[in-house]
Amino acid sequence: MEKNSEPTHVHRDDEGDKMGMWLFIFTELLLFGMLFLMYAVYRYRNPEAFYLGGKELDVFIGTLNTVILLISSATVAMSISAIQKGRKKQALLFLGTTLTLALVFLVNKYLEWGAKIEYGFYPGGEALLELGHGTILFFGLYYVMSGIHALHIIIGMALFIYVFQQIRKEKVHQTDYVWLENTGLYWHLVDLIWIFLFPLFYLIH
Amino acid sequence: MSETTSSKHVSFLQYKGKYKGILGWILSTDHKRVGLLYLYTMLVFFSLAAILGLLMKLQLIAPGYTIMGPQTYNAMFTVHGIIMIFIIVVPGLPAVFGNFFLPIMIGAKDVAFPRLNLASWWIYVIGILVVLTSQFVGGWPDTGWTFYAPYSFQTPANVLPALFGAFILGFSSILTGINFVVTVHRMRAPGMSWFKMPLFPWTLYATAWVQILATPVIGITLLLTVMERVLGVGVFDPALGGDPILYQHLFWIYSHPAVYIMILPGMGAISEILPVFSQKRIYGYKAIVLSSLAIAFVGYFVWGHHMFTSGMSGRALYAFSFLTFIVAIPSAIKVFNWVSTMYKGSLNLQTPFYWATSFIFVFMIGGLTGLVLGSLATNVHVHDTHFVVAHFHFIVFGGTGFSFMAALHYWFPKMFGRMYDANWANTGWAVFFSGFLTLYLPMFYLGIQGMPRRYYDYLPEFHGGNIISSLGAILMIAGAMIIIVNLVRSSRHGQKTSDKNPWGGRTLEWETDTPPTLENWDEIPNVTEEPYEYK
Repeated sequence: MEKNSEPTHVHRDDEGDKMGMWLFIFTELLLFGMLFLMYAVYRYRNPEAFYLGGKELDVFIGTLNTVILLISSATVAMSISAIQKGRKKQALLFLGTTLTLALVFLVNKYLEWGAKIEYGFYPGGEALLELGHGTILFFGLYYVMSGIHALHIIIGMALFIYVFQQIRKEKVHQTDYVWLENTGLYWHLVDLIWIFLFPLFYLIH
Repeated sequence: MSETTSSKHVSFLQYKGKYKGILGWILSTDHKRVGLLYLYTMLVFFSLAAILGLLMKLQLIAPGYTIMGPQTYNAMFTVHGIIMIFIIVVPGLPAVFGNFFLPIMIGAKDVAFPRLNLASWWIYVIGILVVLTSQFVGGWPDTGWTFYAPYSFQTPANVLPALFGAFILGFSSILTGINFVVTVHRMRAPGMSWFKMPLFPWTLYATAWVQILATPVIGITLLLTVMERVLGVGVFDPALGGDPILYQHLFWIYSHPAVYIMILPGMGAISEILPVFSQKRIYGYKAIVLSSLAIAFVGYFVWGHHMFTSGMSGRALYAFSFLTFIVAIPSAIKVFNWVSTMYKGSLNLQTPFYWATSFIFVFMIGGLTGLVLGSLATNVHVHDTHFVVAHFHFIVFGGTGFSFMAALHYWFPKMFGRMYDANWANTGWAVFFSGFLTLYLPMFYLGIQGMPRRYYDYLPEFHGGNIISSLGAILMIAGAMIIIVNLVRSSRHGQKTSDKNPWGGRTLEWETDTPPTLENWDEIPNVTEEPYEYK
């Protein structure tokens, strides 16, 4: 009678699950890869404007956010180590820390964007349209690329909240933690992309 | 058969799960049910887009205003293109037959991520609904399915939902790709080494990689076009310093590999069908495998041949033209293999065989005319003419469409446990095939004469060819109706069969029950033979 209902066998393959995540990371790299390609093309065509645009950005907030993301990558890795050793409370603590750091990153981003938008520095904004083509492109790419990156941060936070619940309910535990591992992999990717965005927009002069 | 075994062998069409009725289908993670969900969805939208195509051909039956004006015509070819490309041929064979048969052919119980698989279908449906809202709210898009910048963010027509819907459909495609790659890597039955895997799974594997590595490019491109339209970011807008040619590059970096997403699984299905109906080993198994991978790989580097007249350096033009010729070679290898497989075989003249052989015929015409387009000098002459339309339909409709039909008839008894009506199926094929040739062959001639595509009107000297072509369209639609009615009828009332192996195939799907049970196998098979060991 068993065959008469929905699948009863539980298919579990942690290696396969991680492989799926890596393939997804490939797709993310290509998505951002095309944006980096566009950045390269337009920077090559407008070196002057991109140089001046970069000077307008706040290196302090950029650096702060880089440090925050690096630490958050470490805490999520520590959370995985903790769950491997069966220390549930510690895993939850590190995961909570990661979540908080992600939130702080977004608050910084909000302050940074808010200050610019106030002065009309946004795509379609009056102050920006008065400037040259190169500057419009620089800020267009800045908003698009850091915006899509921020969207990934938000998705990551949603994943953290979900996994946090799963750990609390003992659905994710010492012998079955691939959800946490995959979320960690995703988070490292989000971190890594920022590592490239940061120098391209804030540092190269 | 004793009581216990019969209750164990309930087909996937019959079993009762947690949910009843239609919910038992749209919430089922069974790969076979998901495959059929895709099939039914595609059937509906194929019919819709085919009718739009017929209306366009009726408009072109005489010069000037026949049944519609220019704006309606522009909307028609746009919507026809969007539906046919993004909803039908890109998901195409992988979504229907890949979902249904990939796990069975490699001896697995399901795909690697069954829930993700069902989610792909839901995302697909949501994408379709978003695309459709553009048809009903604020006027049909009129950009063509390529959404070229800068027109796509200047036109007053409602392009936004179409762009965003295509973006969502891309997600569905990526998730299916990831699912299939992991399934092939992790779930092959014991004993099935890579080179004991049948050819249809092989082509699905190659296709899945293209889906994973190319689709994100169109995703970000469409998203940027959305942002361009909503916010005015400037990246594609020449008025703000952006470069519309860059849009074309990004668009074709996906959309050319997408052609191989469409055709590769079709080639795989043909490679399954021909050995069965010749009762002979496939000729050059490894050559077919390697040429599939070669197509998937080289296919990435030929996108520039869509842009020969857009403005590129001479050196880039030569490189793209050369690579285009290179990518034709693996396809030619396959044609050689298929023909050699039939040579001295004991041919079994059934409907799938007719579709498969006519596939080779139309695919060759499509492929060789592709070389005309790939050569720099002739390309300039026939660029943006009906020649391109004819070539494209020979490959995408002739290639993917014919192989889809071949696969559908071939696997029909396994999927539904009923046989289609062979007489009607053959009649449908004959009418459809004649209609197809009458419809598209004159377009080559019209294109060389200089008739441009995407115009609702034409000069009087093109009238002759257009009359023939439009009559062909009516014939082809009649054929399509015969085929669809026959298959739908047969799936409900056709002669019942529980024969596991009606065609005498040697691949694993012919060892399961007809139709298969919920988890395909009582016991995972142990593979010892190569897939096409015919005596």
